[in-house]
Amino acid sequence: MPDTEAPEAAAKLVCRSVWKFFGPDAERLGKAADAGTLRSDQLAGATAVAAVRDVSLSIREGECFVIMGLSGSGKSTLVRCMSRLVEPSAGEILFDGENLLAASDRRMIEIRRRHMGMVFQNFALLPHLTVLGNVAFPLEVQGVARARREARAMEMIGLVGLSGREHFFPRELSGGQQQRVGIARSLAVEPDLWFLDEPFSALDPLIRREMQDEFMRLQSVLKKTIVFITHDFDEAIRLGDRIAIMKDGAVVQVGTPEEIVLAPATDYVSEFTRNVTRAKVVKVAALSSPADGTTGGDTVGEVSDRATIAEAAPLFGQAGTRLLVKDRDGSIVGVLERERVSAMMMQG
Amino acid sequence: MAALGPAQTARTGWPGAPSLGLLVWCVALVVFALLWAYAGTLAPWAQEWPRAWTPRVAATISTFMRWLVDEASFGLFTFIEFTRFLSAMVEAPYRFVLSILSTGFLSGQGSQAVQIAPPVSWAGVIGVFVIAAHAAGGRKLALLAVVCLGFILLFGQWASAMVTLASIVVAVPIGAVGGLLLGIAAVRWRGFERAISPVLDLMQTIPIFAYLVPILFLFGFGPVAAILATIIYAMPPMTRIAIVALRGVAPEIRDLGRMTGCTRRQMTWRVMVPAAMPGLMVGVNQVIMLSLNMVIIASMIGAGGLGFDVLSALRRLDFGAGLEAGVAIVALAVLLDRTSQAFARRTVQRAHADGAGILARHPHLAAGTAVLVASFLAGLVAPPLARWPQAWELSTGTFWSELVRWINVNFFDELEAVKNALLLNVLIPFKRFLLGLPWLGVALLGGVAGWALSGFRLAALVVVLSTLIAVSGLWDQAMTTIYLCGISVVFALMIGVPIGVWSADRPAVWRVVQGVIDTLQTLPSFVYLMPVVMLFRVGDFTAMIAIVAYALAPAIRYTAHGLQQVDPRLIEAGRAAGCTPFQLLVKIRLKLALPEIMLGVNQTIMLALSMLVITALVGTRDLGQEVYIALTKADTGRGIVAGLAVAFIAIIADRLISAGAARARARLGLSAEGGGR
Ligand SMILES: Nc1ncnc2c1ncn2[C@@H]1O[C@H](COP(=O)(O)OP(=O)(O)OP(=O)(O)O)[C@@H](O)[C@H]1O
Ligand SMILES: [Mg+2]
Repeated sequence: MPDTEAPEAAAKLVCRSVWKFFGPDAERLGKAADAGTLRSDQLAGATAVAAVRDVSLSIREGECFVIMGLSGSGKSTLVRCMSRLVEPSAGEILFDGENLLAASDRRMIEIRRRHMGMVFQNFALLPHLTVLGNVAFPLEVQGVARARREARAMEMIGLVGLSGREHFFPRELSGGQQQRVGIARSLAVEPDLWFLDEPFSALDPLIRREMQDEFMRLQSVLKKTIVFITHDFDEAIRLGDRIAIMKDGAVVQVGTPEEIVLAPATDYVSEFTRNVTRAKVVKVAALSSPADGTTGGDTVGEVSDRATIAEAAPLFGQAGTRLLVKDRDGSIVGVLERERVSAMMMQG
Repeated sequence: MAALGPAQTARTGWPGAPSLGLLVWCVALVVFALLWAYAGTLAPWAQEWPRAWTPRVAATISTFMRWLVDEASFGLFTFIEFTRFLSAMVEAPYRFVLSILSTGFLSGQGSQAVQIAPPVSWAGVIGVFVIAAHAAGGRKLALLAVVCLGFILLFGQWASAMVTLASIVVAVPIGAVGGLLLGIAAVRWRGFERAISPVLDLMQTIPIFAYLVPILFLFGFGPVAAILATIIYAMPPMTRIAIVALRGVAPEIRDLGRMTGCTRRQMTWRVMVPAAMPGLMVGVNQVIMLSLNMVIIASMIGAGGLGFDVLSALRRLDFGAGLEAGVAIVALAVLLDRTSQAFARRTVQRAHADGAGILARHPHLAAGTAVLVASFLAGLVAPPLARWPQAWELSTGTFWSELVRWINVNFFDELEAVKNALLLNVLIPFKRFLLGLPWLGVALLGGVAGWALSGFRLAALVVVLSTLIAVSGLWDQAMTTIYLCGISVVFALMIGVPIGVWSADRPAVWRVVQGVIDTLQTLPSFVYLMPVVMLFRVGDFTAMIAIVAYALAPAIRYTAHGLQQVDPRLIEAGRAAGCTPFQLLVKIRLKLALPEIMLGVNQTIMLALSMLVITALVGTRDLGQEVYIALTKADTGRGIVAGLAVAFIAIIADRLISAGAARARARLGLSAEGGGR
């Protein structure tokens, strides 16, 4: 992988050639993979399942990194390797530069308590605890005093909009509400790295949409480093800053939603991107042309370079032909032509 | 048999497996036929193991036990000191509870003892039970408590019942907590699980009598020995249920525990045990029921209480008195069973409460305390409220005895005809057939069945265990055992499965049937024997009927459960495809319920085997009789050897059927480990 040293320095979590085998000869294959002597015929003949194959990734501080793939492609296994819930068979995991695989049990408990949070597909709420007890649970485990942990938990419960239900038991809540509890719980310890393993997959489409909005709202406030697992490509492009697409345990492409939609690396990826409305993914910056001297004049308005084309289109009005494109600081970086926008909208 | 082929191929990787399976079966059958025909003349040792070759295992065990008691030492303390320590651990809480429920607190020794505090009066005990029942299950359960305890009181069983209750109150927590701890250890350390799982198997299949003998030898005669026997009997199932419940905790919950950074201890006590609570409560319920099951048998080594009343009535053949004490045990069992189940349900389905004060949040606790105080004061003022006067007691004993006599007088010929017909046409020919088989051939066929169902390990197990039985010189008794159990199990299934099918999808019927089989299962096994002996006198036929009656419950229960658990979506799909109700039953429901039903068959066999020693009382000639003789002679070695032989039969049956169930499950795509999650 052409991962240079520079981005790794800013990375929160780095995976280097991570493998995970399940099965009888997992250990042997893991050793071979570590030594770099693993051959493809060895893999084909083995009885072990390679759930994760040679994955190298780096997750940057503050980004929402989505791992997308169909059922059984190894997403859960990969994310569990990252937190060492599953012991990788080969490779390296660096968390803030620290090699997790070399960490002692004590150190791992410490890291998980202070720096990691996880949301589970089926919520994983403890049935004998109330909402309050569940959200306060990670703090209770750390030995935080009752008054303090409950105050913190109440704050989190308020954040996810469940105030007034703190004394309910999980079974008295709907699926969406249960997952809000799961989210509140994972945030109670203020983790730096937030894992979400298909958090919304068990929910109805409408609730899922609502929870995605809620998630984006939370992220805009909290700005966590996130690893988000999904098998839903639409969810991936909606939520992700960058997306890794997995197939049979291997990562086939990593990139921003825009990059993936505009330049799918394989047929497998284009299978997903085919039905995506490009205008909703592609950003203005990708279509704008350099600003020439003719600033003003026929431009009918201005638009942020981070807006999507679909958001920019209505700004042209009935007959406008150009929009001014501005960056984050408000300086003009180019213009957006009506023809290019309509051409993209036509593609669907 | 060719149908076995594909699985064989997949497992062993032999391309020619289908024909291989068939071939092995053919060869085995031919060898078996040859052995059967010629072993008697050509190789008598293959027909029957020569007595001269039988090792003196029993005598060695007896010597060893004597050495254990007289001389064995662990260095710091001797073995006998260790057993005394165990006794003391049980004795102290037992004395305490017995004081509360029965004797009151005494000061001084023997006849000079002065009561410093009276026991809780009958009114107090009933009050507390009613309130607990109400807390757990509402008004209906409270009413049940009144009826059950009222019966015990009215029929003069109160004093005995409190003695029995005291031993249960002590045995259940020890058994439940002990089983839970063993379960936790087994889940944590694979090696430990591997070490205890054969022991658990053995404990569950070995007849209780077989270890009554050593317990009697080590702990002497008395309630403590009886409680220890009860604990030993009830702990293995709890351990097993705890293992299953802990393993069954959703992997996500386990991941959650690790992600929040739980230490091992937190993981166990804050995550796994609470999350497994519903399953664990089933185990606690099981421990209660098994303890009650032991009541009568435990009275043989000095338990006292209701069990002793039944036993002595049996010895006098006083059917009426035995029945009343027996029903009192059932009343106690039903009450404890329903209450503990209701508590289990309540912990699982607890809803949030927005109460404030302690009184508001724990109304039942407050009421219970009030009742205790009130009953104590009332007992001081009005003695009948402390002790139910004998003059107010009822008895129906004479009525029952008369009824049995009347039936015997008027229907003697009819009963005799039925008995003889079955004996001559079914029982005796089958027994002759089994006794004529060469042991080597039987071991061989069993081995092939094991191989076909699971693989070489099972085959080896079956062959080794059957050979051991033959070598121990108990082959004929073992075959008699198989004959008696086999026939009883077949009858139990013939009656039980149709009832299960019929009641499975009729909730109203099922409720009634469930009530009946719960009662059947809590009835002490002796109770079955009494009326049958009176009607049919001693012999194999009597034993068979008693076993069938006792083993019927699991056949019904598992069939109904299996059918009820079939995914309703599949039934819907079948209905949508236009299946008639009969097709639905045969093609979908029974097929999918098969693994569960096989577990029921397994249970039926186990219960049948556990009845053997009891039926020995009516003069059977099987392994049960061996154990019974050993018990009366306190011959430890003989008891253990015969007990092990029964255990081996049970293990063989259990492994073969479990392997069959696992196969059926795999073929149906139902995973063994709660695939629903
Ligand atoms: N404990 C295990 N033992 C054996 N195989 C496993 C185990 N866990 C996962 N696998 C296998 O690894 C592969 C990847 O599984 P994983 O759960 O990571 O997939 P996933 O992408 O998360 O799928 P889903 O969307 O269904 O959650 C699968 O083929 C699975 O069968
Ligand atoms: Mg997954």
